Amino acid sequence: MSVIYLLLALSILVAIIFFIAFIISVKNGQFDDAYTPSVRMLFDDELVKEKKITQPPK
Amino acid sequence: MENVPCYHCGYSCNKQINSENEKFFCCKGCKTVYEIFLENNLAHYYDFQQTPGATPEENKGKFDFLSQDKIAEKLLEFNEGNTQITTLYIPHIHCSSCIWILENLHKLQKGISSSMVNFTEKKVRITFKSSEVTLHEIALLLSVIGYEPSISLDDYKAGKNKIDRSLLYKLGVAGFAFGNVMFLSFPEYFEVTGFWIEHYKTLFRGLMFVFSLPVVFYAAQDYFISAYKGISAHLLNIDVPIALGILVLFFRSSVEVIFDLGTGFFDSLTGLVFFLLLGKYFQQRTYSFLSFERDYTSYFPIAVTRILAGNKEEIVQIYEVKKGDRLLIRNQELIPVDAILMRGNAQIDYSFVTGESLAVEKKRGNKLFAGGKQLSGILEIEVLASVSQSYLTQLWSNVVFQKEKNASFKTITDRISKHFTIFVLLMAFSSAIFWLFIDASKALNVFTAVLIIACPCAIALAAPFTLGNLLRIYGKKKFYLKNAAVIEQLAAIDTVIFDKTGTITTSVNNEIHYHGVVLSTFETALLKSSLQGSNHPLSRMLYKSFEEVESLELTNFKEFIGKGIETRYRKTTAKIGSYSFVKNELKKHSFDTAVHVSFNNDYKGKFSFKNTYRPGFLNVFSDLGKNYELAILSGDNRGEAVYLKENSPKNTQLLFNQRPEDKLRYIAKLQKSGKKVMMIGDGLNDAGALAQSNVGVSLSENINTFSPACDAILDASKFNQISKYIRASKSAIQIIKYAFLLSFIYNVIGLYFAATGQLMPIIAAILMPLSSISIVVFTTVTTNFIGKKLQ
Repeated sequence: MSVIYLLLALSILVAIIFFIAFIISVKNGQFDDAYTPSVRMLFDDELVKEKKITQPPK
Repeated sequence: MENVPCYHCGYSCNKQINSENEKFFCCKGCKTVYEIFLENNLAHYYDFQQTPGATPEENKGKFDFLSQDKIAEKLLEFNEGNTQITTLYIPHIHCSSCIWILENLHKLQKGISSSMVNFTEKKVRITFKSSEVTLHEIALLLSVIGYEPSISLDDYKAGKNKIDRSLLYKLGVAGFAFGNVMFLSFPEYFEVTGFWIEHYKTLFRGLMFVFSLPVVFYAAQDYFISAYKGISAHLLNIDVPIALGILVLFFRSSVEVIFDLGTGFFDSLTGLVFFLLLGKYFQQRTYSFLSFERDYTSYFPIAVTRILAGNKEEIVQIYEVKKGDRLLIRNQELIPVDAILMRGNAQIDYSFVTGESLAVEKKRGNKLFAGGKQLSGILEIEVLASVSQSYLTQLWSNVVFQKEKNASFKTITDRISKHFTIFVLLMAFSSAIFWLFIDASKALNVFTAVLIIACPCAIALAAPFTLGNLLRIYGKKKFYLKNAAVIEQLAAIDTVIFDKTGTITTSVNNEIHYHGVVLSTFETALLKSSLQGSNHPLSRMLYKSFEEVESLELTNFKEFIGKGIETRYRKTTAKIGSYSFVKNELKKHSFDTAVHVSFNNDYKGKFSFKNTYRPGFLNVFSDLGKNYELAILSGDNRGEAVYLKENSPKNTQLLFNQRPEDKLRYIAKLQKSGKKVMMIGDGLNDAGALAQSNVGVSLSENINTFSPACDAILDASKFNQISKYIRASKSAIQIIKYAFLLSFIYNVIGLYFAATGQLMPIIAAILMPLSSISIVVFTTVTTNFIGKKLQ
């Protein structure tokens, strides 16, 4: 029994996991809008900052 | 008077009024929005982008129809228990601030659980609880903060359209298989005989075979379907040799693997399908925020107010409006049916229908056509015909709108593929026959090798990548095409037809000319002050033209609705308005729109309003006139005939008083005589002509607002670039031809190996991606070069 079988099985398993992840992400509509998430991603950081500013300890 | 940009919307405003926290606002509306945001800790809105807002328009009652459950339900895409989801189209979405505020709606309104913006489609998807907030309230909230949703008849009838993601799945499958097969075939590229490879090759080859199955039977199925359709229609389209190549690749490889004859070509097979699908995906992506399929329904309202006996009002769905009904049309509302004006002062703006920006005045008893927008006050109208039977909407019952456009058009790829397929088949058979005499055992081998290597992957990729890239470049230059095939159509054009109003004239600026006795400074001042009090669109426009003149305090002001105004300053009486009002005579028939003026009943003259022609329109005409036949189809009278005749190239056809159907028929007639027609129009009345023409281009001042169904939308500021776009499209066709030549050279090299019986899998595996990639690089670089020449 060679280690090659194990390696082969592992490599295909990893590939299949990524393939399934891709299919699920397409199904969830992650590829429908490729622009907005790139902007939205930047908001959260700034929001936290804003909370700090707008709620100063009295 | 110092002017600063409004903090909310950026519109220039007077510094003295409406300041708050040292911020300046142009109007109360903008200030209110600011205050709402400030109150709810959302002032962060102004940090992402300067002056991101829009002035909220006050239209009470505009969304009243949403309070009817039956109508509101139709707009929900999910409606169960206490969870409702709706998607609203908001034209104002344009920057990151918009995304931010709309995704924070839950902070403004209780009951909204979440909201998500799709920026490219300008849509927001809102999840809310119907027990706490209604769709009506959400629409009102959005309007109040300057993000008025656009809800039209189109939304009412539209079923939930499913997004087709099958191409992405196929691409995923092909990519997955391609990667794994490459990985598995690597050992045999370098070590052909060795103990190690002998030991494991059966396993490796078996796995490759398994990986290729979903590629052939799932990912590549479109090519088989298309090839089958082509053959049954006696057409050798490009998918025929592709499908043939895929099948031969698969069967020969399977036979080789099963009978242990060789490695097979699974690497080439999966790679080929992957690259082809990639090309398809590249071409498929278009502008999701623009719609090229709009008809009147995307512009008409969902419901109107019907007046019942006893002056009761009722909101009624527009398809239920019948002949004889009485309807109430509010300010800024659209008249959805042909009707007779019963009561009210009608100022109808038909700009969406004809492109004419000046409002038309109508009196009691006059006929109103569907598609006009009321500009001043409330109207009561009696319906003459139902929605689908009205003068304008009848146009859509024409067969042009039913059949798929340009279905018979043969693309450049299809034209070449016919010759190519025949050549490949001849080549395969003749080399097979040749080998039958030399070495019969090799004949089948050579036959399949020729079909494999000739599989026109590079040819199939040339057009998608060239046109797809040019489509994107055009988009950056504000010329938006429906799909890549339009570029090919554009290159074949020989006749260009223009609509007049709104297309070669602009609806933004109007030229005002004064004809008559010269007015004194005092008279001009009096005129200006008189106009100040009037809300008539012509008065507003004329008023704006007297910027430098001082104002006077009037002693008397009277407005006669539908006629004009009479004002007094000390001893001078001014009469401003229609000819019959000012001169007390019946109006002679006149073509132009004008405001007449008299002082103390002494007639002075008239201010006539004229549409100005777009800048560069003369250049466009003389430029196009050299190579194309031109025509102007106008729905208007002959008022401009002389000017146009003088300024357009000699052979230009000028036709006036054209009804929408006439325009359509004129184009159909030209096409019958073999012409390829490009129509450039703007309003709903051009919709028929745009649909009939080979390339229908809709010119739009603001691409987000409205444009009728068409093949392309051109931003009005790029009107003078039209001839350059056509020229660039022609160059694109040249590029595709060069790309064909290039891929043909690759094929000849490959065919040499194939026909001499020495095609190794590794040669195929190198040659195929190499040819595909070099075609992609060549077309991308050259189209970018063409794009640089565009402004």
